[in-house]
Amino acid sequence: MAKIDTSFFDIGRLDRLAQQHTAVHRLDPRAKLLTTMAFLMAVVSFPKYEISALLPFFLYPIVLVTAGQLPVGFIIRKIVVVAPFAVMVGIFNPFFDREILVHLGPFSISGGWISFASILLRFCLTIGTAFLLIATTSFHGLCLALLRLGLPKVLTIQLLFLYRYIFVLGGEAMRLVRARALRSFGKRGLGMKVFASVVGHLLLRTLDRAQRIHRAMLSRGFDGEVRVLRPLHIAPRDVLFTLGWWAAFAVMRTYNLPQLMGAILTRALS
Amino acid sequence: MSHHIVEVVDLRYSYPDGTKALKGISFRITHGESVAVVGANGAGKSTLLLHLNGYLTPQHGTVRIGDYPLTKETLQEIRRTVGMVFQDPDDQLFMPTVHEDVAFGPLNLGLPSHEVELRVTAALERVGATALKNRAPYHLSGGEKRAVAIATVLAMSPDILVMDEPSSNLDPAARRRLINLLKSFQHTKIIATHDLDMVMDLCPRTIVFHHGKVAADGPTEEIFRDEALLEACGLEKIQRLQRCPVCGA
Repeated sequence: MAKIDTSFFDIGRLDRLAQQHTAVHRLDPRAKLLTTMAFLMAVVSFPKYEISALLPFFLYPIVLVTAGQLPVGFIIRKIVVVAPFAVMVGIFNPFFDREILVHLGPFSISGGWISFASILLRFCLTIGTAFLLIATTSFHGLCLALLRLGLPKVLTIQLLFLYRYIFVLGGEAMRLVRARALRSFGKRGLGMKVFASVVGHLLLRTLDRAQRIHRAMLSRGFDGEVRVLRPLHIAPRDVLFTLGWWAAFAVMRTYNLPQLMGAILTRALS
Repeated sequence: MSHHIVEVVDLRYSYPDGTKALKGISFRITHGESVAVVGANGAGKSTLLLHLNGYLTPQHGTVRIGDYPLTKETLQEIRRTVGMVFQDPDDQLFMPTVHEDVAFGPLNLGLPSHEVELRVTAALERVGATALKNRAPYHLSGGEKRAVAIATVLAMSPDILVMDEPSSNLDPAARRRLINLLKSFQHTKIIATHDLDMVMDLCPRTIVFHHGKVAADGPTEEIFRDEALLEACGLEKIQRLQRCPVCGA
């Protein structure tokens, strides 16, 4: 149970990290969002056996972590928590794709292993950067950016409310699960039937809470429109940040930099 | 508006499942009064509060807030006049940051943004929560949440404050701070609570609810000494009015 608690409240920590005031944190959310989206597109668009050309892309998350003064260990742990999904996606590649692509002395590596490694690399890059985006922008900063970039208001408000109440809902669920665990000795009481009733309870409570929140909103003059008071300003540094990274991603995507460097080195040595 | 009165005449309300929550309630609260509404669970306190800011409309009888009777047309005006602090601050703080939450009401009133800023700053200062401005509501402690919830209502500059269990779930120090804060308000106050000790400190007048009716309405001190009445209504004489259990004095 302790495990649920901690991994759950770590989401809150991600948000607290976003409260810092570094150069990265001060950038306009839109700049970071657009840059990260370009990054993701560049990373996922590589062919499936690509490994070396992906490596330069680590520059972006590394810069974010350093400039944003974020705890590396924490981010890596977050990535590891979701890693099983990526492993599940790629784990069968080595079995189906046995064609030998690379010979390293006595060892030969099949295409399956290479594409598996490529999947894991991409996973680390994309998920890591997504976490970093939240840790430097905060979730509601992101929602605001999405809103300004044209996402319908209804959707952004939903996202905001989801994020606001996921903590409350999670807390409620945790208390229910704990209460059940404390009164069910061994296996008894942990069956499907009890679980169904716990989930049902949670749903009813959620509905009740939704009603109370709506009441609270109405009593403060809510008329269907959520107004946000936070002007966003695009500064020259935001444009510079976005365009600079876009250019960098374009170069990294077009040229295989590690290969080029290797070629230059071998030519210089020979 | 100069007369912050709340007048309820023969108010009746039954829930859709047939429960008669209010069976003919009448009282009149005048400008600047501080009134406690007490009673056992299910006595009708919450149902009454829901009428006071128009979430429920009277099925029978009338509710008058200030110069307006409560109807669909006057709803917005009444909601501005009556500031409602709900029991669970988590229900009341729904915006991503404290600042945005306090600004929610004033923005809905259609105020220009610099005026909204002024009101947010003033309201947070009033409850001593200026430092929490940029925090997310779910990172606050219980006492901080309560203070911010009150600020969200103050920012609308209401004339009448209605509070549901304001002292519940607070530690003794936070509770004391809350009492002192509420004492400093000039508003007409209506407080529904089980915390009779706080009532002694805050409200000169008490209305006792019992099974959807007003069982007593008068000076707090008088009501709290009437042991038979308290017991009949599911309440208990507060400790400081009881004899000392050790020396009997």
